[in-house]
Amino acid sequence: MSKEIYRRAPADAHPPNLSPEYKSTVSRAPRQPAIVLPHTLSEITGPLLATERLDALENDLTQQRSGEPLGERIVVHGRVLDQDGKPVPKAIVEIWQCNAAGRYHHPGDQHDAPLDPNFYGGGRVRADEDGRYQFITIKPGAYPWKNHHNAWRPAHIHFSLFGPAFATRLITQMYFPNDPLLGFDPIYNSVPEGARHRLQSSFDMEATRPEWALAYKFDIVLRGRNATPMEG
Amino acid sequence: MSHGLTPSQTIGPFYFGTVTKVYHQQLAPPGVAGERIELALTVHDADGAIVPDSLIEIWQANSHGRYNHPEDRRNLPLDAGFEGYGRVSVDTQGCARFSSVKPGRVPWPEGGLQAPHVNISVFARGLLNRVATRLYFDGDPANAEDPVLKLVDPARRATLLARKDDKGVWRLPIHLGGPKETVFFDC
Ligand SMILES: [Fe+2]
Repeated sequence: MSKEIYRRAPADAHPPNLSPEYKSTVSRAPRQPAIVLPHTLSEITGPLLATERLDALENDLTQQRSGEPLGERIVVHGRVLDQDGKPVPKAIVEIWQCNAAGRYHHPGDQHDAPLDPNFYGGGRVRADEDGRYQFITIKPGAYPWKNHHNAWRPAHIHFSLFGPAFATRLITQMYFPNDPLLGFDPIYNSVPEGARHRLQSSFDMEATRPEWALAYKFDIVLRGRNATPMEG
Repeated sequence: MSHGLTPSQTIGPFYFGTVTKVYHQQLAPPGVAGERIELALTVHDADGAIVPDSLIEIWQANSHGRYNHPEDRRNLPLDAGFEGYGRVSVDTQGCARFSSVKPGRVPWPEGGLQAPHVNISVFARGLLNRVATRLYFDGDPANAEDPVLKLVDPARRATLLARKDDKGVWRLPIHLGGPKETVFFDC
């Protein structure tokens, strides 16, 4: 059995843990280099949540309360792929986001913006055999945070993916194309420059629903496997 | 054609709304074979302060040393109702608790067995990437021959060893930085 089942991420793929412009990394980023583990069963297995039952409406964040939330209704869809472009089938995709006014349904969010009783902001879906997923939601607002003077997070949706293995676990954020706040955001800009654009969704005219919702496409690429000379 | 990896971003402070609905604190419902264990994991920053907005996930084999996953094709029993996955947010004391069974030993690719261990992912505001570590059980004789522990500087191995307290709870402090920084793995 090869000890490198999943490909290692190149150095310019992910943000460094220590990104001082994002201030809370200073006390929370490990400083010692991570020890490279050969891939054993512990790393190449992982939770598939195969028996987890998802409600049909969990991917529609506009239908989780008695009324419709305020804001611009959107479709967010895409595929979960590996580095070879092969679909990652049946992966659970989880999202969470603030409401259209920029406020999270969370006791810790003290932003002076209204809560929307019709918007909870969490959703899940299981991608299909081709890795396709889709959510209906509202466009999240920008919100201020305390990182530095007049700091604002660009509109974003948090994404959580398991993929096929412990080694493929990923939590990330999806942004909207050409948001003027992106250039000022230390979290987005913690990502090496050449890879940042992968976090921007693209406006998808083809997937818009006439007279109902605009659409954004966000493909997610998880680690792929090394070519195996021999399958043990 | 190679597709560029989607970069990681922080979980942020406000994940509560979604993922609390899918917490898994109890991994082993009644009837699952094995020695019952309680885990208490705390998360600390470089100054030793607790990290109250962190989320911990665990992944482990069952008591027979079998992972509930298609990659584990060995002819060992699977337990009904035991997936081996846990997810809990820390409480106001910075502590995440799990109830499970002690994992059995799983193989090392070059032969031999690893010591019983639990795989851990930590997410937090201020952490731009998932950090991964392992929990080993202090005093387990198999630790002496564990090939992963052997990769670790002996002076830092204790950061991976959970110790049993007087109530029988296995406690492991996870230090994201500082003099007691936990050993993290590129897995
Ligand atoms: Fe956020």
